[in-house]
Amino acid sequence: MNKFAVALLASASLCTTAMAADDAIKVGFVTTLTTGGAVIGNDMRDAVNLALEHMDNTMGGKPVEVLFEDDGFKPATGKQATDKLIKEDDVDIVAGYIWSHVLMASYRSVLKADKVIISANAGPSAIAGKLCDPNFFSTSWQNDQTPMALGELLNARDVKSLYLMAPNYAAGKDMVAGVERTFGGEIVGKDLTKWGADAQLDFSAELAKAKASGAEGLAVFYPGKAGGAFIKQYQQAGLAESMPLYTMFTVDALSLPKLQEANMTGILGSEMSMFWSPEMDNAANQKFVAGFREKYGRYPSFYAAQSYDAMNLIKSAADALDGDFSSTSAVRFELAKANFDSIRGEFEFGNNHMPIQNFYARKVIEDADGNWTTEITKTVFEKHQDSYAATCSM
Amino acid sequence: MEGLSKKSAVVGGAFLIVLAILPLVMFFSGNIFLIDIFTRLVILAIAGTSLYLLLGVAGLPSFGHAAYLGLGAYAVGIPVHYATMGGAEWLASYNGWWQFFLAIFVSALFALITGAISLRTRGVHFIMITMAFSQMIFYALISLEEYGADDGLSVYASSEFPFVMLDNPLHLYGVCFGSLLLVLYIVHRLQHSPFGRVLQAAKQNETRVLASGVNPFKYRLLAYVMAGVIAGYAGALMANFSLFISPDMVEWSRSGELMFMVILGGSQHILGPLVGSSLFILLEFVLSRWTIYWHLPFGIILLLVVLFGRGGIMGMLRRDSQS
Amino acid sequence: MDTILLITQAVNGLQLGVLLFLLSAGLTLTFGIMDLINLAHASFYMLGAFFGASVAIYTGSFTLGFSAAIIGVLAVAWIIEKGIISRLYTRDHLDQLLATFGLILIADTLVHMIWGPAGLAIALPPLLQGQLTLGGVTLPSYRVLIIGVGLLVALGLYCLVNHTRTGMLIRAGASNRQMLSNLGVDVGSLFAAVFCMGAALAGIAGILITPITEASIGMGNDIIITAFVVVIIGGIGSIKGAFIAAIIIGMIDTFGRAFLDQLFMTVMPAETAETAAPAVSAMLIYILMAVILSLRPAGLFPPKLR
Repeated sequence: MNKFAVALLASASLCTTAMAADDAIKVGFVTTLTTGGAVIGNDMRDAVNLALEHMDNTMGGKPVEVLFEDDGFKPATGKQATDKLIKEDDVDIVAGYIWSHVLMASYRSVLKADKVIISANAGPSAIAGKLCDPNFFSTSWQNDQTPMALGELLNARDVKSLYLMAPNYAAGKDMVAGVERTFGGEIVGKDLTKWGADAQLDFSAELAKAKASGAEGLAVFYPGKAGGAFIKQYQQAGLAESMPLYTMFTVDALSLPKLQEANMTGILGSEMSMFWSPEMDNAANQKFVAGFREKYGRYPSFYAAQSYDAMNLIKSAADALDGDFSSTSAVRFELAKANFDSIRGEFEFGNNHMPIQNFYARKVIEDADGNWTTEITKTVFEKHQDSYAATCSM
Repeated sequence: MEGLSKKSAVVGGAFLIVLAILPLVMFFSGNIFLIDIFTRLVILAIAGTSLYLLLGVAGLPSFGHAAYLGLGAYAVGIPVHYATMGGAEWLASYNGWWQFFLAIFVSALFALITGAISLRTRGVHFIMITMAFSQMIFYALISLEEYGADDGLSVYASSEFPFVMLDNPLHLYGVCFGSLLLVLYIVHRLQHSPFGRVLQAAKQNETRVLASGVNPFKYRLLAYVMAGVIAGYAGALMANFSLFISPDMVEWSRSGELMFMVILGGSQHILGPLVGSSLFILLEFVLSRWTIYWHLPFGIILLLVVLFGRGGIMGMLRRDSQS
Repeated sequence: MDTILLITQAVNGLQLGVLLFLLSAGLTLTFGIMDLINLAHASFYMLGAFFGASVAIYTGSFTLGFSAAIIGVLAVAWIIEKGIISRLYTRDHLDQLLATFGLILIADTLVHMIWGPAGLAIALPPLLQGQLTLGGVTLPSYRVLIIGVGLLVALGLYCLVNHTRTGMLIRAGASNRQMLSNLGVDVGSLFAAVFCMGAALAGIAGILITPITEASIGMGNDIIITAFVVVIIGGIGSIKGAFIAAIIIGMIDTFGRAFLDQLFMTVMPAETAETAAPAVSAMLIYILMAVILSLRPAGLFPPKLR
């Protein structure tokens, strides 16, 4: 009988946990803290904590409380975490979201409660277009923009034929579609591989196909740990000499140290497209990168940069409203101004609340201290707006 | 099963009463998230009870029961998807009767076909072949681009029924809880009918049943289909509850979790799955808030229950009362 | 479709098959002899990768890492066998499934706590980083090495099972467990030895794959289900069956991934085909298992006489 009593007691005690610190601004932050995806999630969490440090834990004169929730790399878990933040913790605003499918599963819970949701990474085409919503904001990009920039870069590098690879989920398909939209040459083959917590990490069959296709370039999108695995196999298969690699969200501050450790020199000089790079010369970025390197002893990834921006975006609205988040329409109005110093320099929100921003080509280099990092080689797009904005009725 | 001890009956009854009252208390006390937890718990208990019919009554260890949850959920999600996005007029509908009919029909059909094949095997081969069939559903759902493939599908509207609004958390909970009571009653009656007795006799000694001129295959197949139908129904409720469905619901580890709930509560007692799913959800809820490493204590408890708690919670209660 | 690509893919399929064999050899033995379903076999695969990678990074030697993987996994397997698994031999399959599922959760979380979420990447020795060219077919030399190691282990197991006294006991155990203990064989030690050997083979598979992908949390949880399919198709307890089934499945999976999308594109729109092909190729092995089980309920090569 006592087991039952314990169960009852435990469930009763849960009712009381929700009430605490009511005068703080509460930010819910959903990211991946378990499974292999936690590498990214931890980088985002570190950036959020750095942002809090830089703003002395204060927004609009009020203390800030950030509640981190784990999405377990699964849409269903992410939605559950979002529901908890909204219904139980009653947060003022929700941010985070690495994965497009997790965001797609979760964002309606936030909108239903008439709260604002800020994506610090995922930018699925549906939310940028048909399903756009005034309460949705992004401090990253729409999924198609970076691959569109890559397509332009490939044209500029005079690549005539291309082999494409990406994981088989919302963002992977957006990436492929983006490259196809701007790339002028011929796409001789493409593969979409299994994704998720049990993602396919052995690409032997696909690499053999790519090699046999004789393409002049190989463009891939493999975020997180899959990126490291892919690049190793790319070099082991001997493709580094014959088929130059172009990447999207694959080679970043998370994978480069590991690639350097494994001596994957094939990646040096490889190019990618991106809206940001750690060496960008503006005051906000310098402060962010220096602060991050000092506090954590490594370069921040773009995930970290976007998360840092998300916190500062929230702060800009809180400051304008003196910390009063009771009116969602007022919050929305202030957020839409993007009135803060972004790590990417100047940018503004489009009608669908996706950033209109520059895209650059970045190259993998070895820095003065011998660490591998990236450096901007050219500007591909200026003030680029995503192509779904037109289908958004806002 | 004849040894329905007083103690376990009392505990089971108490569980039901708490389930009937607690969510209401929580709803009016302001924490609306907890009613979500309890709705999920009750839906899983329905699926667990259907698995009990196989595991506990018929002795058929199905390791692919999550497939029916998925089928039932997609039977709601797909008509809603078409009704919202357009296309496939014959299928598209917000009508709950149609969606729940589909859920039950598809589950029954799938159970009939796979059951006819699976029931030719025994023991571990049965475990593996049921797992194989559910993995086929898993990969089939992943391959369906139209329904979101790996990304899953948002369910844009709840099933429409007269009088009850399933998008109201209290109504939904009421429907789920009522369904649980109904399912418990049905399974209880089945178990004590001549049909149930043949299943139990065949579980204990198949040769003797065969010798008495009864072929247990038909009985088992019928039980397999019934269990599938109930789980499919639970899946339809699940779609209304989470308003988001994905192939993930069908993965083999989900079937493992369902099995765990049944065995944790006790696979030899009709209220075992309910007790098991309650403890499962409670553990997940408490532990996951305590630490991101919550799988460690969770795994240890799982191990201890199997090693020392034979017969699950209900089994332990029964032994207590017998000694 | 040119022959060189075909051969390359066949070699890739062989490599996957060999890896699956290393995993399923231990499974089929513990399954056949001790009647134990051990999901936690996946954890030995993962632990082999982490032990091996840690030592390889620390010492800079892949060979040392390889040895460490074997020794480390052997030690863990022995402790687990004595402490937990030996209590499960007499339980029914459901209990075994759940207890070993619990072990997976424990192992995954412990690895997360010890090594962090990032996983471990290791470099290959320079000797193995390049490619081999055989008759116009270029292959990563490391993948060829994996095939070599796998075939050697298969040969070693074949000799052990068919030409030694231990092997005789193993075969006897697979066909009739009860008889073995009636004859006065120390069943406890035999079981422990077989279990640890199986675990070590899984550990070898784990460290072998690490330079290609990396050591990561839960890396075995998906492939273990495939390994079970191998065991069931091959016939529980049969090393020969496991070997043949592993190669078949490795080939099916690789060829499915390589060619199925082109096949599908001839009958459906390209977009649909690209999504459907990987999923259907993953489904193929389950279809194969269901077909084989419905035709031959005991698998392809069941050990004779139960």
